[in-house]
Amino acid sequence: MAIEARNITKRFGDYVALDDVTISVPDGSLTALLGPSGSGKSTLLRVIAGLEAPDAGDVRIGREDVTAKPARSRGVGFVFQHYAAFKHMTVADNVAFGLAVRKRPKAERKAKVSELLELVGLSHLGERYPPQLSGGQRQRMALARALAVEPQVLLLDEPFGALDARVREELRRWLRRLHDDVHVTTIFVTHDQEEAMEISEQIVVVNEGRIEQSASPGEIYDKPASRFVMSFVGPVTKVAGTLVRPHDIQILTEAHEATQEAVVTRLWWLGFEVRVELLPAEGEALYAQLSRTEADALALSEGQIVHVRVDPTRGPQREPATP
Amino acid sequence: MSRIALRSIAIGYLAALLVVPVGMVFYRAFEKGFATAWDAVTTPPAQHAFYLTCMIALVAVPANALFGVTTAWVLARHDFRGRRVLDVLIDLPFAVSPVIVGLALVLVWGRDGWFGMTGVIFSAPGMILATIFISLPFVVREVLPVLEEEGTDQEEAASTLGARGWQTFWRITLPTIRWGLTYGVVLSTARAIGEFGAVAVVSGKISGRTETLTLFVEDRFQSLDLTGAYAAGVVLALLGVSVLTLMTLLQRRHQRSR
Repeated sequence: MAIEARNITKRFGDYVALDDVTISVPDGSLTALLGPSGSGKSTLLRVIAGLEAPDAGDVRIGREDVTAKPARSRGVGFVFQHYAAFKHMTVADNVAFGLAVRKRPKAERKAKVSELLELVGLSHLGERYPPQLSGGQRQRMALARALAVEPQVLLLDEPFGALDARVREELRRWLRRLHDDVHVTTIFVTHDQEEAMEISEQIVVVNEGRIEQSASPGEIYDKPASRFVMSFVGPVTKVAGTLVRPHDIQILTEAHEATQEAVVTRLWWLGFEVRVELLPAEGEALYAQLSRTEADALALSEGQIVHVRVDPTRGPQREPATP
Repeated sequence: MSRIALRSIAIGYLAALLVVPVGMVFYRAFEKGFATAWDAVTTPPAQHAFYLTCMIALVAVPANALFGVTTAWVLARHDFRGRRVLDVLIDLPFAVSPVIVGLALVLVWGRDGWFGMTGVIFSAPGMILATIFISLPFVVREVLPVLEEEGTDQEEAASTLGARGWQTFWRITLPTIRWGLTYGVVLSTARAIGEFGAVAVVSGKISGRTETLTLFVEDRFQSLDLTGAYAAGVVLALLGVSVLTLMTLLQRRHQRSR
């Protein structure tokens, strides 16, 4: 089901968490709400779920206006950052909860629970209690629990935020594959641009209660709509007062058109990537990212004088005209 | 060395202030033999006092459990004007002397009081009111921190999964607070059984009619029936000890279940 939130405003006292926000999520897609903490992205997700009532605006799921409906009748599956596991119930009972409150027959519950535990790879842990599971396992249980009621949309609030880096990466890929199998419209909130880029088809960048840009990951990266988006979704450095991506800086051994002289102040060999800190004759220090091959070809060393410019073939990735 | 000294001080202090006096009660009660003690606590007024103490606890404790859970839930899950005032008000029974509580109840419910009516003061309803007042904070104080610590995640998860308010309460909230609630109930019970001051004021202390066990002990003591006083004291002490034991057992089970 497609999701639409129109002109949503939400205040907490004097604090404006969402300021006239409109987003539209196509049916069957996987969309990321990306922004720094306190940007309002979680509030927006909670408004869509019905866990928070907006002060203005409306929410539609499919063709239905659900603004006045309570969370329980919106048909949403919600996954919390800290799992929200029902600690006094077994894993199987956690997953069966939605069916139990709907008074579904026992046989149906059992079949559904074993199907879902299979899907999330927890079949052997059905009789355990949540405190006996690892963080990653708990979050997969929470996903199975949300999917058990066959929600029309799946909403994930920083689902991997509390996990360590490796489990996080693993679960990300797993979520992506799961989405390819299950095809339920999904929105997930994250402050990690890499996570957003890796698994979503659409990214909505949120900042200070407003939408900065809403586009595909490639477009967000290559054609950022604002300075904020540009610096939030990837690395940036300043050349003559303009923001550019450090991998778009060209380093040449001889002077060319539009180059300026700079001295190499530091070099970092980070495996495949080589990072070069440069101090131009005029202006602030900047840094460039080169591939190992490029760096080797230039035979760079600290203290060397080089000539730098922004790669003329990569024009569109520069800072947008609007602030 | 100093560790042994510290230990001796702690144990000696407890022995002098707790163990010896309570032990003396037991000793004096059975001084003239078990039969005498048994006779003293099976007289009709003694039996009635026992019955009245249990009856008052059986009404007051569930009332406090219900009120306590509701209040704790309101305080933990809602923000409203006067929330702080309510939070402080809950502790009033801890701060005010029970005798004052008794007098206040007489002023409000007595024949010349605001809600003046007969049948409250100098009878069971007044004594129940006094006991509820005195043991009111325990359940709130045990349940509120648990609710605050657990937060709203589980309840919100239940609601997105389709649970109605009552379903969420029975299936999620109540199991979450069950240990806090249990401790609160145990403490309320102990307090209700042992209450003297407030109940003394509102009861009128009519032997065989409005005497609880504590009042009965006092009555026997004043009448110089020391065996009766000590024997009834033993009954009270045993009630208290069983409540305490129950609490310890529950705590142990709680720790294991974590």
